[in-house]
Amino acid sequence: MNTTADKTSRPDLLALYRRMLLIRRMEERLGDVVQSGELPGPVHLCIGQEAVAVGVCAHLTDADWIASNHRGHGHFLAKGGTPHAMVAEIFGRDTGICRGKGGSMHVADFGRGILGANGIVGGGIGLAAGAALSAQLDGKGRVSVVFFGDGGANQGVVSEVLNIAAIWKLPLLLVCENNGFSEFSPTSTVTAGEIAARAQPFGVPGVTVDGNDVISVWRAAGEAVTRARNGHGPTLIEARTYRWRGHVETERSFLSEKYREDDEIAEWRGRDPIVRLEMQVLEGGTTQAELDAIRAEIADEVERAYAEAMADPPPPDQSAFQHMLA
Amino acid sequence: MAKKRLIQAINEALCEEMERDPRVILFGEDVKISLFGDTKGLAERFGEQRVRNTPIAETAMSGMAVGAAAAGYRVVCHMMFANFLYTGFDAIANQAAKLHYMTAGQIKLPIVYMAVMGAGRSAGAQHSDVPYPMLMNLGGIKVVVPSTPADAKGLLKAAIRDDNPVVFLQPARRGGEQGEVPEGEHVVPLGMADIKRPGTDVTIVAIGAMVRHALRGADILQQENISAEVVDPRTLFPLDVATILASVRRTGRLVVVDEARTTCSAASEIVALAAEQAFDRLAAPPRRVTVADVAIPYAPSLEKAVLPDEHTVVRAVREVVGARR
Repeated sequence: MNTTADKTSRPDLLALYRRMLLIRRMEERLGDVVQSGELPGPVHLCIGQEAVAVGVCAHLTDADWIASNHRGHGHFLAKGGTPHAMVAEIFGRDTGICRGKGGSMHVADFGRGILGANGIVGGGIGLAAGAALSAQLDGKGRVSVVFFGDGGANQGVVSEVLNIAAIWKLPLLLVCENNGFSEFSPTSTVTAGEIAARAQPFGVPGVTVDGNDVISVWRAAGEAVTRARNGHGPTLIEARTYRWRGHVETERSFLSEKYREDDEIAEWRGRDPIVRLEMQVLEGGTTQAELDAIRAEIADEVERAYAEAMADPPPPDQSAFQHMLA
Repeated sequence: MAKKRLIQAINEALCEEMERDPRVILFGEDVKISLFGDTKGLAERFGEQRVRNTPIAETAMSGMAVGAAAAGYRVVCHMMFANFLYTGFDAIANQAAKLHYMTAGQIKLPIVYMAVMGAGRSAGAQHSDVPYPMLMNLGGIKVVVPSTPADAKGLLKAAIRDDNPVVFLQPARRGGEQGEVPEGEHVVPLGMADIKRPGTDVTIVAIGAMVRHALRGADILQQENISAEVVDPRTLFPLDVATILASVRRTGRLVVVDEARTTCSAASEIVALAAEQAFDRLAAPPRRVTVADVAIPYAPSLEKAVLPDEHTVVRAVREVVGARR
């Protein structure tokens, strides 16, 4: 998935498709597991938002850094994290990427430049800026990306980091996935103005893209990554998308009323980023049979990841007392 | 050995460690001009890439320290006054203290958050705290408080070389204590207390700027034929329980002098340890000499009224020595 970015290059659509479909199927399966009551903790699914993670991470290598948020499974997989290691972590197994000590909100794979999902809204923004500082000092053209939501956009650290990243020209992408809801509050009720416009006063490019169109995301991210790698500083990308599932999977058990209409969800389901990409891929000459083969492969990969993870052992109790200090 | 102020010893340690390891970087507010003198000359010597003035943005700074350390640098993040740790506390408490654990050791965070702490200069309640009690409770952060220039140098060098986040709190108002500082390679391992004065009748555990009051108090008590042992923990987390309790077992009496507010102070933890693990050797109930549960006031007379000094130490020791269990 390491595509170089310039305005004339085109993405490997099938590679993007595979990765988006993997995220979708992994998340759907997780949603089913939640229903069965087999998961120990809360999960926040990113179904409907896959194009953002995949369109951005297509430009990154293991040497680049990402910091994510509580809705972080898609970023983990898009950056090359292993499906089994992620599921095992969410199940709290010893084979999990964090040996069962982090869970869904803390999947991290340091070897692949994944600094981790994060349970604190906006918590990854400072981390990514720090990794960008390291990347700048190393001088090897690495970049750092932070994914946060429209909720995270309202944390003060966004303006602190926009300011410092602009002055220091840090190789940083601030990617805001605006999915319409800050937890249970519609974005418009808690957010003034346009999020992308918040970059402008700092002299940082701020772009808005259709977050359900992976090619648009890929193009915008490609320009931003090139800018960053060439030492021209940060970019803020606001990707407009929609969260199909709840803020947290179990929300119906504690919410006393609905905070959005079924019609709205149905409308956005009609703008499914994966269906849209399928159509583009088919127009490009790929056959339905080829797509079906990819689907079968992904289904198989997901099934194996879950079956293996569910059979894996829990961590030994004594591990709870390890790793507090290095 | 040359006599130096604590703040000069810190400057020396920073300079030597930046010289020794090109991956040591330092940033903070006004570190180039250096309010306290501890970062003076570093930008000129090591360049503006490795030594950077930041905006006044503690949330970003404390978080960037985590990201830069995770991505391979040894980061010294100067938070200026210890109260400003509160402003940047999310990254310290939720990120730095937990990422190594939550990732099962994948991520190492060699960070030193340094700050000047303590009262005594009429700086008011927002510039006078000693926030180590809450830091000790985080578990994933080492907490270091030197009392002498030599210890400050040696402990800071060890802190910079440590693979954990360390909060290094400097009792450095007016430049701090003066004392002999060994030249060159002088490293004081973290987690080791130091007996600043041996004695037989009572153990006084004193932290940071309180060590001076404990030593002066011990001088006064000597004239009353009370022999006080003064123990300086130097590292508050992890605490050198063995050295502290060995002293308590020898003397049978304990007074802890701590500039923190009483409730959940470091003194509370040390007294609890003595009660749990050395109860049978205690000849009298231990005593905490701390700041009452109030903010640090501004007026010099009020500030003096709330802070421990050698006289409060002496009074507490007399009571403990006179008391029987």
